[in-house]
Amino acid sequence: MTALLRTEAVSKAFGGVHALSEASIEVTEGSITGLIGPNGSGKTTLFNVITGYERADSGQVYLGGQVITNAKPERVFALGIGRTFQLTRIFPSMTVLENMLIAARHHERSRNPLARMGAPARRHAMELLDFTGLAGHAGALAQSLSYGQRKLLELAYVLVADPAIVLLDEPAGGVNPTLINQIAARVKDLNATGKTFLIVEHNMDFVMGLCGQVTVLDHGTVIASGPPEAIRRDALVLDAYLGVAEDGHGDQ
Amino acid sequence: MTAIWRGSGKIGTEHRWRLAGAGALLAVAVAFPLVFTNPAVSNYGVLTLVFVAAAVSWNIFSGYTGYISLGHAIFFGTGAYFTGVATKDWHVTGSDVFGLLPLAGVAAAIIAVPLGIVALRVRRHTFVVITIAFFFIFQLMAYNLPSLTQGTSGLLTPTINFDPTTFNNPFYYVALAVAVCMIVLSWLIRRSRFGLQLRAIKDDEDRARGLGVRPMRVKLSAFVISAVPMALLGGLWWYYIGIVDPSSGFDPLFDVAVALMAFLGGLGTVSGPVLGALILEPAQLYFTQQVTSGYVYLILYGALFLVVILMLPRGIIPTGAELITGWRERRARSANPPPPGQPASSAAGRLSGRESGATRELA
Amino acid sequence: MTQYAQAVTDGILGGAVYALMAAGLTLIFGVLDIINIAQGILVVLAAYLSYALSVHLHIDLLVGLLITIPSMFALGLFIEWAFMRRLRGRERTAMSLLVSYAVAVIIEGSLYQAFGVTQVSLKAWYITSSVHIFGFYLADIYLIGFGLAAVSLTAIYFMLYRTKFGRSVRATMQDRTAARLVGINVDRVSGLTFGIGVAVTAAGGMVFGATNVFNADSGYDLISRLLAIVILGGLGSIGGAMAAALIMVTGEEIVNIWAPTWSTAVFYAALVIVLVIRPEGLLGKRAVRAQ
Repeated sequence: MTALLRTEAVSKAFGGVHALSEASIEVTEGSITGLIGPNGSGKTTLFNVITGYERADSGQVYLGGQVITNAKPERVFALGIGRTFQLTRIFPSMTVLENMLIAARHHERSRNPLARMGAPARRHAMELLDFTGLAGHAGALAQSLSYGQRKLLELAYVLVADPAIVLLDEPAGGVNPTLINQIAARVKDLNATGKTFLIVEHNMDFVMGLCGQVTVLDHGTVIASGPPEAIRRDALVLDAYLGVAEDGHGDQ
Repeated sequence: MTAIWRGSGKIGTEHRWRLAGAGALLAVAVAFPLVFTNPAVSNYGVLTLVFVAAAVSWNIFSGYTGYISLGHAIFFGTGAYFTGVATKDWHVTGSDVFGLLPLAGVAAAIIAVPLGIVALRVRRHTFVVITIAFFFIFQLMAYNLPSLTQGTSGLLTPTINFDPTTFNNPFYYVALAVAVCMIVLSWLIRRSRFGLQLRAIKDDEDRARGLGVRPMRVKLSAFVISAVPMALLGGLWWYYIGIVDPSSGFDPLFDVAVALMAFLGGLGTVSGPVLGALILEPAQLYFTQQVTSGYVYLILYGALFLVVILMLPRGIIPTGAELITGWRERRARSANPPPPGQPASSAAGRLSGRESGATRELA
Repeated sequence: MTQYAQAVTDGILGGAVYALMAAGLTLIFGVLDIINIAQGILVVLAAYLSYALSVHLHIDLLVGLLITIPSMFALGLFIEWAFMRRLRGRERTAMSLLVSYAVAVIIEGSLYQAFGVTQVSLKAWYITSSVHIFGFYLADIYLIGFGLAAVSLTAIYFMLYRTKFGRSVRATMQDRTAARLVGINVDRVSGLTFGIGVAVTAAGGMVFGATNVFNADSGYDLISRLLAIVILGGLGSIGGAMAAALIMVTGEEIVNIWAPTWSTAVFYAALVIVLVIRPEGLLGKRAVRAQ
């Protein structure tokens, strides 16, 4: 099984804060990989570096065999990486359907920029809205959606361009249990069709139930990586979360 | 506007009403100078149409992307001076001068590219100021290059031998043509893929990048598209007024006036800037002519400004649309009360609206 | 050579006053996220106030500051409370441009009504006199202006970094919502900050009026310069505004030696050049994920 996404010794500091220290992760193609770690361990920063929203101070990011370190966000997207944000970002003044159509350019056969988005793109967008249960809101303004609905919308529009790998940043955060299960089910369905997922989450049930592989980040470095059961029992991981060790390492 | 209404057929009838309305307006506009032959009245028409076109063009960039430009007068003035210099150097006369206008547009496009590349790299707040800075540089050049621009004495038009009774009409119809073209273009853009990208940039530029939108390319295109008609209008305006000098060709109040028209009508809509210009330009002309007691008109103008912005922050068209939708919903609800056990749609909407509002505040 | 040294001195002395007015503008932006386009015409208003006090009540310009500073402060409080406070939402900064512009137009019209179009200038014994040191002529009024600016900026610095109120101001500058959540009365802080930002125009107006002939039309040129200074320095950075003011005014004085008609272009050209290299200004924060 090949690694679809790989980071190699990525480091990133913000002033004196070393958010990432030689972080090296691997995401196997076709897997659902979890990325966990205490608050401040650098998970979102790693996402930002991978997707081009932050520059890495050092290290490399690989997609397939290609080096994509420090590529701009629009290029990272074009290469097939989709990503959601911790604080859900949608386009509030546009309708739900329009939100979907922004990324649907790939389904657009016409190369004329002044043309309206064609039927194939719209159909594809509606399919995804159906998939996430938002089809009934297609004409509503995105800002009228509830928090949970926005999360679903963000997931949907990230999927529009058919990315090979999707990075989800806390998809279950602040969401009721029914919706969490819905999201997990959708992820499983998409994974069955071959999509790779890298998920940052704090909700352990969500992670352990969904992910085949889990990587743990603490203070910017990878301290453990493996199947969920092994991670659950790993001493270093427990130490990182609960701060049992004497040297005071905890989840500051 | 791109709402998908399931099976109610409402799109069909709404579309037809809109087209009919637009057609009627166009007919009125075409007939206007033929009916009102008094030059004082058609003068209002010419200048109003110039500002309608200007507001619509400005809106294509600033309204759709949210980057407020206060420097579009650069292109207006450049168009005026370009047309003036070309008319003189190439000895163009009569209605041939109108043929120079597209060239003025090309000139504007050429300078818009480097200006845009520099200006669009910065954040929105900074962008406004950099457009102001560019504006003053251009105004200064107009003052300081008298060999080209005649400096403060201004660049005069040659004598125009149009029939005096219908003198205003050629200018009127050219302005109308520009206005109609820009309105159609604005409408096309708004419903197109390009328009989606522009509006995505306005809502959340960084997020849009993560969905493949290339911000510089999109913004620059809109910038150039909005600059070209400005130059055309500048050239037309020079020929109509008879003279351009640095303070009138590069007038700091020009952009603000245009911006206000767009804001008043509804920033980012197609018809908003049209409505705003139709209201404000005649009002401004009237005020400056009638209220001759000192500078009271300035105070009134500013006060009107304030009232409009504070009371109608989103502009007339969007506020009006909201009122109509609200009224329709209330009517629909009173005609079809929801079955018991289900929340009324507006209550759910209000709940999620509050929720989402709160989410936005904290986000 | 002495020409250049003179230009530099004039630039520093004159730049200090611009620094003060620009500091007010950038402070307002930092705390309220508002661009106060009216700052230029407020300087003119303050100049006219000093003029009225001096011509009609024979109050000396410096003494008059005791009246004009509180007056401008109060006006600032009023403007914020009446107009700026209502601005909400994502379009807040764009709206503030138009609202403050409207206020500026109203003030401009009122000034024309009250004082007409004739250009005037402020008069006092110390305006035409100068000190002669080391071969330089240091105009008294510039020295006074420098002194006023130095004192005011020091006072502002002291307020910001050594008082509890200043801490609230800095907190609000960093994050309005977070400041609210820790109990800071953001509305009050905003109002007082706007008041301070406008109050600095009193001293600025006096010096401006004493060193220039002005009328209500002078506001445009002023605000363009102030905006350029504030952006060059980095929106929200007082230190940046100070540095930018000194650089730009000095630069203008120097260019004035070679090509007087183009010297104002220096102002704007400097802005453009810096922004090309460093879009956030000299001391501005690198734009995080801001719009």
